Amino acid sequence: MSVTSLLENYSEFRHFHPVDDVPHNPYKWAMSIDLDACSGCNACSVACYAENNLPVVGREGFAHGQAMHWMRIERYWDEDGREFPDQGAQFLPMMCQQCEAAPCETVCPVGATNHTPDGINSQIYNRCIGSRYCSANCPYKVRYFNWYDYPTTDNVWPAEMNQQLNPDVTVRGKGVMEKCTFCIQRVTVAKNNAKNEGRLIHDGDVQTACQQACPTSAISFGNLVDPESKVYKQWKAQQVELDKDAQIKDKEEGGSELRGYRIFEELRPYPSVMYLERVRESAV
Amino acid sequence: MNDIREDIAWAKINKDVLKSLENPRKLFWVILLIAIAAVGVAVGCEVYQYTVGLGVANFSNPHVWGLYIATFIFWIGMSHSGTLLSAILHLMHADWRKPIYRFAEAMTTFSLMTAGLFVAVHLGRVWQIYYALPYPNGRQVWPNFQSPLLWDAMAIFTYLSSSILFLYVGMIPDLAICRDNMNPGWRRKLYTVLALGWEGTDRQWRNFRVTYLTIACFLIPLAVSVHSIVASDFAMSQQPGWHITSFPPYFVAGALYSGCAAIITLFIILRYVFKFEEYMTLPILKKIVRLTFAIAMVWTYLNLIEYAAVWYGHDQASKDVLIQKMVGPYAPFWWTMNICGSVVPFIMFFKRFQTHIPVLFAVSLLLNLGMWLERWMIVAPTFSHGYYPWTWDHDQWPSLVQWGIVFGSFGWFTLLFMVFCKVFPSVSMYEVKEMVYHRSQATKKLEATGKLAASGKGAH
Repeated sequence: MSVTSLLENYSEFRHFHPVDDVPHNPYKWAMSIDLDACSGCNACSVACYAENNLPVVGREGFAHGQAMHWMRIERYWDEDGREFPDQGAQFLPMMCQQCEAAPCETVCPVGATNHTPDGINSQIYNRCIGSRYCSANCPYKVRYFNWYDYPTTDNVWPAEMNQQLNPDVTVRGKGVMEKCTFCIQRVTVAKNNAKNEGRLIHDGDVQTACQQACPTSAISFGNLVDPESKVYKQWKAQQVELDKDAQIKDKEEGGSELRGYRIFEELRPYPSVMYLERVRESAV
Repeated sequence: MNDIREDIAWAKINKDVLKSLENPRKLFWVILLIAIAAVGVAVGCEVYQYTVGLGVANFSNPHVWGLYIATFIFWIGMSHSGTLLSAILHLMHADWRKPIYRFAEAMTTFSLMTAGLFVAVHLGRVWQIYYALPYPNGRQVWPNFQSPLLWDAMAIFTYLSSSILFLYVGMIPDLAICRDNMNPGWRRKLYTVLALGWEGTDRQWRNFRVTYLTIACFLIPLAVSVHSIVASDFAMSQQPGWHITSFPPYFVAGALYSGCAAIITLFIILRYVFKFEEYMTLPILKKIVRLTFAIAMVWTYLNLIEYAAVWYGHDQASKDVLIQKMVGPYAPFWWTMNICGSVVPFIMFFKRFQTHIPVLFAVSLLLNLGMWLERWMIVAPTFSHGYYPWTWDHDQWPSLVQWGIVFGSFGWFTLLFMVFCKVFPSVSMYEVKEMVYHRSQATKKLEATGKLAASGKGAH
């Protein structure tokens, strides 16, 4: 991108709304998470630690809020007057929502976080200078900063665990921001395989680590452009559309029973993760 | 309560100001020593943080910004009043600014330099800071021009370079005086180089005036835009408590406010340390105090506007942040900030305190305490009660490393400022002469027409 090219072809580099003027073709990666199926077991979180070489910060770091869990299970206690252990809770698996109009992307002073043509919000570790503006502007607070140089810190990966590190994923040094990538290393492998075979990725060719580890299959991941994919069908069935900041649901035919929603849609980040509301006992 | 004497000899002005370069009171060395110690603390903290990582400053998710950003805004803000005094009042021909504008302009430059350091201290990978510059490179990678942080970097750099230029150009005739009157030594060599061969010819004065005026005109819009852009860092983001339309003017008012308060503090210190009692007179102090009071009221007004806009704005998230500021963990600081910023200035409303030095010294420090807290109260509470409920029970307090660097920055500023005042004339000799001359001319005119006796102004 030279200056001349930047000035002459400016219209190619600017866009008002990623969904409108850069249609994702052939891939738009998206997720749907069924909160009714989620039992809060944290297997997804553990799988993510293993897959993405996440540093384990230990008890003290966790207490300081410096945990690096790209995928975290949030627990919200029911407030219906019952005491623990009778008190119920809801769980919410939370990871980067891969927003289409991501608040983090526009504010980065060096352009270290960008949108890929696949609709993933990418993070370039080498480019990051650690201003942390992206995290400050993230409504979900799903970006994690390397407060220490974890690869050289003791007990981040105990000696016997070093062999377990995933060679497909880099380890991140001190002072850079990181976050969920939708297991981009797996997507890349699947893309290459598909390319060698002269086809597009089929649904199910690629699974994210959290999806793979989920015992209740609460997490689905796939291509939102592909009408055959499970994610596409779920989004369609729930009448959730990517480029809406408020879903207009069909009220006529059981529309009120649809459970699909996206978190903070009204802020217009156009997140790529749809959640399916939990069916409460009281509602059944 | 005497103003500058109109019959003061020009040679005496030279002598008095040049004396400040030679033998200040002992307090000067005490201040210098404390400042150096404070800088030492900060350097130690920074070395530790640089080696180990930002974790030692006790940041966390979601508390990714802390005292560094707050103090950065504080120092940027402090710089604005120097420009107000030296450039805006220059255009308005307010002659009372003349004995004090030089040190105010120096304050601008040095507080900007201090602010710039905080950008570096704040970064996770400060060794890659040049990525934020639009420098030509083989990969043709540019910074992100959409980011308010990038505008910030550019605005501050422009403001800093213009301020240095303005400070320097305004000093040239005085540097020539120093060159001509100092004993031989390294200083004289320095002044010889810096005075650029100034001889005080007609042509030189004419060019000098035009240059000075041009830079002054260039600097004024910058002063307004810089803090508006700093405000954009927050106003352009989406977070509750930051996404507020009135932030740019609010920030500019706050900047002028803390800057004026700092001018009062420094006025009192310089006046004593460098024995400037005859030039930094109480009537001048009274004028700055009145100016500060007026700006304090503007700031209070904008502050209340902000609260009202949030309160009646039907944005529940923003409103929750405001409520949390009032009653949450930050409440003691928030209330202190409001009292220091809006109630304490009323002391300056009373005539008897407008020239009361001990009271004013305390008041000016309290005002700046309030303004520093204001910046912190803008930055921090949004993180502890943002949009996302999961983050609400994480309270994170800055560690001693953060406090150490913030504390040290005051030492750094004081060090730069005090060394400047010792090496360069901090009272503008040529402009004081002009001021005295114009005043004596005016008095003569009045005497000639016989109006002076009638108006009862013949006190001198």
